[in-house]
Amino acid sequence: MQLARVIGDVVATRKDPAFEGTTLLLLQPIGSDGKDVGRPLVAVDAVGAGVGETVFFVRGKEASFPFHPTEVPTDAGVVGIVDHFSATDSTEPPIPPIRHR
Amino acid sequence: MLLARIVGTVVATRKDPRLVSNKLLLARPVDPKGTVEGNYLVAIDTVDAGVGETVLIVSGSSARMASGMKDTPVDACIVGIIDTIDVPE
Repeated sequence: MQLARVIGDVVATRKDPAFEGTTLLLLQPIGSDGKDVGRPLVAVDAVGAGVGETVFFVRGKEASFPFHPTEVPTDAGVVGIVDHFSATDSTEPPIPPIRHR
Repeated sequence: MLLARIVGTVVATRKDPRLVSNKLLLARPVDPKGTVEGNYLVAIDTVDAGVGETVLIVSGSSARMASGMKDTPVDACIVGIIDTIDVPE
């Protein structure tokens, strides 16, 4: 799964019937520092996310699982809204644990 | 899923039998503002799209979940025609 920011809504009237009732969102994947990484993509929303929210999404066939048994033809799906996240800078060496004897 | 612009049609007489009577289109990915970028791809059209339209393309194994595409050898399907993309600044 990957972190992303919801940057827009996508509207399509003519679409695969399995998409009926679902929301299409435009996502911009982000890194651990919150900055944009890679190209925006369209994903199906399974959790009720909206523009401006940070979410995590799943890629691949699994993106359609929240809509089971309907087979929604999607390769990306929002499966969670992020309340907050923290990350250490990966360029810094890990701090070794201190053991007290 | 990708946003893409339809830039052409593809015709193939000799093809996998499971692809018979499917329409092939040539598409090029676009960014949310509509600027084309990246490489061309061939996708099966399941929604009667045409040249010049902006469409939604599903790729990978999920493409086989598009309507009528079960067990067909595809990795890109056009599953929607985009009306609007709303990106608040």
